[in-house]
Amino acid sequence: MSTIKMRSKESNGVVTVKALIKHPMETGQRKNKKTGDIIPAHYIQEVHSKANGKDVITIHWGPAVSKNPYLTFKYKGNKGDDVEISWVDNQGNKDTKIGKVK
Amino acid sequence: MKRRNFIKNSMLFAGALTALPSVLFTKKSYAAWPKTSFDIKDLTDSVKSVYGHNNLEESSKIKLKAPSIAENGAIVPINVSTSLDNVDSIMIFVENNPQPLSSGYQLTQLAEPSIGTRLKMGKTSNVMAAVKSGDKVYTATQEVKVTIGGCGG
Repeated sequence: MSTIKMRSKESNGVVTVKALIKHPMETGQRKNKKTGDIIPAHYIQEVHSKANGKDVITIHWGPAVSKNPYLTFKYKGNKGDDVEISWVDNQGNKDTKIGKVK
Repeated sequence: MKRRNFIKNSMLFAGALTALPSVLFTKKSYAAWPKTSFDIKDLTDSVKSVYGHNNLEESSKIKLKAPSIAENGAIVPINVSTSLDNVDSIMIFVENNPQPLSSGYQLTQLAEPSIGTRLKMGKTSNVMAAVKSGDKVYTATQEVKVTIGGCGG
């Protein structure tokens, strides 16, 4: 199962991409209530998007972005474009998903 | 001898020329995740580390959409769009968070200057959207009141 859910829709030459990523986005500032230990930071640092292989947006996230982050952006594109979203977190995990524009 | 020196020098010069662009390009291409900027705990310092200066200009051309009261600080929806031209990047700062810089969005020519996300906010704070257009940085600020913080646990 991909961690990325994505939907993209074209209207008047502008594609709106909406994505939800499943990720804990731990800040490294919270404590485990039972043990008092600090929960180690675990958050997405970089999200990158391409449309038909061309760069659209590069995003840097800090720990202040919500758990299971939501993202929306727009670009000049068309129906049927291949939109790719990929992310990398501070522990080196990553995921990529490609979807077609409706 | 003269000729040999000339060749030697011209080769050195050519070497310098080829080395130079690679330095320029690495700076221009997508920078690695800016750890220092994300670690800074003060808004003014944070802005300075991102842009290299603190010359911000308020602009009505930036539309910052954020709730005036957020019931849950763990999920505060923020949308930023602008009618400014040549937008390089959009950054969102939350003044009273432990680290004010929350996120940064580097746009290419293909992208429209309109982004949205959800942020965590520890307490009531000003949220500032900063848009870099050309050499200038424009901002829009709005206060978000938080009733339950999103950073504790």
